[in-house]
Amino acid sequence: MNMIVCCKQVIDPEAPPASFKVDDSANKVVPPPGVPPVISPFDENAVEAALRIKDAQGGKITAITLGINLLRDVVKKPLSMGADELVLLEDEAYIEGDSWSTAYALAMAIKKVGEYDLIFCGRQAADWDTGQVGTGIAEILGLPSVTLARKIDITDGKARVERVTADGFEVVEVSLPALITVSNELGEARYPTIKGIMGAKRKEPIIWKPADIGAEPSQLGATGRRTKLLKLFQPVREGKCEIIEGESLEEAGANLALKLREAKVL
Amino acid sequence: MSEYKGVMIYGEVMEGKLSAMATELLGCGRKMADDLEQELSAVIVGSDVSSVAQEAIAFGADKVYVVDDPLLKDYQTDSYVSVMEKVVKQVTPQIVLLGQTSIGRDLAPRLAFRLETAATMDCVALAIDPDSKRLLQTKPVYGGNAQAIFNYESDPQIATVRAKVMSPLEPDTSRKGEVITIEAGLDPSAIRTKVLEKVKEEVEGIKLEDAPVVISGGRGIGGPEGFEQLAELAKQLKGAVGSSRPACDNGWTPDTSQVGLTGKIVTPDFYLAVAISGSSQHMAGCSSSKCIAAINKDPEANIFKEARYGVVGDWKKVFPTFAEKVKELLAQ
Repeated sequence: MNMIVCCKQVIDPEAPPASFKVDDSANKVVPPPGVPPVISPFDENAVEAALRIKDAQGGKITAITLGINLLRDVVKKPLSMGADELVLLEDEAYIEGDSWSTAYALAMAIKKVGEYDLIFCGRQAADWDTGQVGTGIAEILGLPSVTLARKIDITDGKARVERVTADGFEVVEVSLPALITVSNELGEARYPTIKGIMGAKRKEPIIWKPADIGAEPSQLGATGRRTKLLKLFQPVREGKCEIIEGESLEEAGANLALKLREAKVL
Repeated sequence: MSEYKGVMIYGEVMEGKLSAMATELLGCGRKMADDLEQELSAVIVGSDVSSVAQEAIAFGADKVYVVDDPLLKDYQTDSYVSVMEKVVKQVTPQIVLLGQTSIGRDLAPRLAFRLETAATMDCVALAIDPDSKRLLQTKPVYGGNAQAIFNYESDPQIATVRAKVMSPLEPDTSRKGEVITIEAGLDPSAIRTKVLEKVKEEVEGIKLEDAPVVISGGRGIGGPEGFEQLAELAKQLKGAVGSSRPACDNGWTPDTSQVGLTGKIVTPDFYLAVAISGSSQHMAGCSSSKCIAAINKDPEANIFKEARYGVVGDWKKVFPTFAEKVKELLAQ
């Protein structure tokens, strides 16, 4: 089973909300000082999905990451978890794109990898929360796709995918090759082992420039965007919380109930 | 570009009726169509769904396009994208709105790529720019820490809309509209997926999204036993139990109880957050509640920036007396 997982380096979504700042003049988020970036958590779920298949029946996993200033310790995490190869699309030409230009670059890179049965992406990236790139790659490559997966089994050359729905899940069977986007319901991604980390340190990523993947420059990054970002802003929060106290915490609890009654909330 | 005209909404059908999301889309689409002085249409796709057309008209549609075919019984990407591609190419609307649901999330981006246009997902505000007449699409980004406004030049402009941010119109059964049938024209061999089973995991009692009271627990609850305490109070208040993502990821409570960006969006009259820090991604699912109260031992927790009332302290000490007092007050 040849598998490809697309992983994005993002600002750590678990960073304290107070450290989150937007540079209004540039319409950009200012990376919080001292908080290193991470692989988008849903992409880690996607790596985990691929690893579970590899554990069960063997296979090869190639991780692909697009961006610039990619910290090796961060983007090598899939390798340290158990992936076999890492491809970096690291070039100014790839960045500042939208779902369209990013999906295009990744699809071209996947074509260059050549052999694949399954492509995994996270359900959405933890920065722009768009959830379009995975499906976009499938459309460009003409592959079937199943989104929001929480479990994947391979039987008789087909994938059986449990797909998250509003009130539970549905089981969808899809022919291979296929693209699957993975949701957090799949379960936490494994921690890298010491052996995995050591192996990843020694492994050099493969770097592909636009010419290497035969990409049309006009379709890439900022030039290839279809959407315009007009404004990025932080919504104003009022923050008028009334703290209810008491002689003891137990009394404070009872006082909260009284307060809610008084305010006719209850 | 000029040949594209009108606003179209994709109306999901649930258990033989127009979904709540569809009525919200019709409400928001009606306003937009009126602003543009254009038509509002609804597309209904499925098997045995024709009866829903009149409902869509009552909720504001001028025209309803119905694609009814046994092959469309279950939502599947290949068949539904192909049908929507056909409908959009025939009707050429300027704007297409879908719900940010498990269907809309799957259908909208693939349709946008197929039609070589773009889509903006999970919008919480939509407006027509008075000068350009283009659609301004506002969506939360960075897990709800910020919002971004997008637009683009290609047509149709596709957007998905978050549940419960738009209001439906009062249904008017005397409204007149036109119902047009479109053939699905599907090639069964081009559908590369098969839905084998649908499983409902809904917890007992009232649905989380419809509950007037939601009692939610987070990482600080520490285990499944704590959620039983929350459930007991929720039952007393005829409400439902919610949770933050860490509580679900730890398996303390079902995934379907998750409130937040990747879970349910709830808008109850009263939302109690117990041992929840209030990450942006959680608040994305509950910030529109009428009243939020919080119990958390960390006075700096973000939840206190969002809540109206709060108690700072260990929930294990605060919650039992709170629940007891609520019970007592309700008995009066």
